Formats: sequence, C-alpha cells, structure tokens
Amino acid sequence: MIGLTHYLTLAAILFTIGVFGIFLNRKNVIIILMSIELMLLAVNINLVAFSAYLGDLVGQVFALLVLTVAAGEAAIGLAILVVYFRNRGGIAIEDVSQMKG
Amino acid sequence: MTLTSLAFYLFASVSVASAFMVIASRNPVYSVLFLILTFFNAAGLFVLLGAEFLALILVVVYVGAVAVLFLFVVMMLDIDFAELNEGFLQYMPIGATVGLILLLELLLVFGASSTLVDKGQLPSATPEGMTNAEALGRVLYTDYIFLFQTAGAILLVAMIGAIVLTLVKSNNPKRQDIAKQNARTREDAVELVDIKPGEGI
Repeated sequence: MIGLTHYLTLAAILFTIGVFGIFLNRKNVIIILMSIELMLLAVNINLVAFSAYLGDLVGQVFALLVLTVAAGEAAIGLAILVVYFRNRGGIAIEDVSQMKG
Repeated sequence: MTLTSLAFYLFASVSVASAFMVIASRNPVYSVLFLILTFFNAAGLFVLLGAEFLALILVVVYVGAVAVLFLFVVMMLDIDFAELNEGFLQYMPIGATVGLILLLELLLVFGASSTLVDKGQLPSATPEGMTNAEALGRVLYTDYIFLFQTAGAILLVAMIGAIVLTLVKSNNPKRQDIAKQNARTREDAVELVDIKPGEGI
C-alpha cells in the first residue's frame, strides 16, 4: 500500500536532485533555472500528497498558486537571460554580478 | 502488489531517473526533454493522488508553455555548451555532501511527521458526487478568491515584464503622426497629368 511517506520521500529525492543540480552546473544558467523548476515540482508533489492524505482541498489550491509563480518565474528568468546574452554575447554566470540598472 | 502501487513505483522511478538526467546531461536540449518527461510522470502521480485537474494543468502549463519556452531559449542562444560544462565535476564533492545532508534531514523530518497523519487508507480530498475540477473551483472562487486574483496579477506582471525586457526598439518604426496626416493637402499629395491619347507619358 502506498502511503504518504512514499510521496514525501519521492518529493525529498526530487528536491535534493534540484539542489544538487544547482551545485553541479554552476556555470550554466539554463540548467540552474531547470533545477529550480524541479524543486518547485517537488514542493507541489508534497502539497498535493498532503491534500490527498488529509482529505483537504486547500493543498491543491496552494499547488495551483505555486504553479503560477513557477510559470511567471520561468518567463522572467528566461527573458533576463535573453537580454543578458544580447548584451554580453554569452551567459557566463561569473559576470552576472556586473549587471546594472 | 496492486495496480496502484505498481503505477506509483513506475512513475516515481521514471521521474527520479529523468530528473537526474536533467542535471546530468551535457546537452541542454536533452535536459529540457528530460524535464518534460519528469513533468509527465509527476502528472501521473497527481492522477494517482486524485488531483486530476492539477495533473492536466501541469501538463498544459509546464509541457505546453514552460518547457517549450526553455527549448526556444536554448535553441535561440548561440552558446558553446562544451565550454560551459568545463569544471563540471569540480563542485561534485561539495554538492554531493550538501545534497546528501539535505536528503537525510528531509527524510528524517518526513518520517517523523508522516507517522502522525499516515492512516494508510487513502481518503479522497474531493467530496462525493463531484469532479475534482468542480470541487477545486468551489474552494478557489469563494474562500481563496483573493489569492486567485493575486495569481492573475502575478501572471500579468510577469507577461508585461518579459515583453518590456525583450522588446527591441527598431530604428525607423512606422508610426502614425496625426498632425502630419492632417497637414497634407490635396495639392501636395495629388498630381494631375494630362495625357494625350495614343502618346503615353
């Protein structure tokens, strides 16, 4: 029988993979953005699992809001990335601290 | 082993494996495709949990919008990814240490807390005789209407922000100048040429 612990363990593993991805691909902004998406997905799995096992729909409402924020974050992040690439001709993450204005 | 457990282990193992491939593959295009696979499997898990609406929203929003956006950006930017992947393994020890500690802590917390709520049998969050989308709508449009509206505002701000950031100003934009249009007279706009028959201009 699949219990709540199974889902929480899966979400923990996915979240850790996301954190690990940020450490591993420190130079590639695109992979870092994807790792953040993975972490948000893990949080969503947690919310939906708690919603199902506690019999409360509010968890799914919050998962919907997290989904909205994740979509907005991806759009803004990629837009900043495109502008950054246009200005500097590369996406080397070491130079990001020079962004101004 | 019931069909539900079988489906859970299938979705869970595929999603963990493809999530690992997202961060491990050298080519970002493959990363995006593995991200899509991860989201599909997460949608399957949501269906198992009885959240059908969120599962379909996940497929529509992530696979249809976010992943395609990533794919566009990866293919649009002309980047030498081999150069970016230099020193790939340099941060491996510290990353593995931090990740392992985090995973252990999360598992300990979840293991301790979930014994309190783990009743074994899966009760449904959706009330009897109602679809998941209907039940979610009844909660979302009444008790959480303010949060719902805020989410819409966030999306609007994100949309305007992305457009403003990436808009390229053209050198000679074609714009309407109403004063210039009104200042035109028939004399400087139209020229009458009298052509005799059979001669041409």
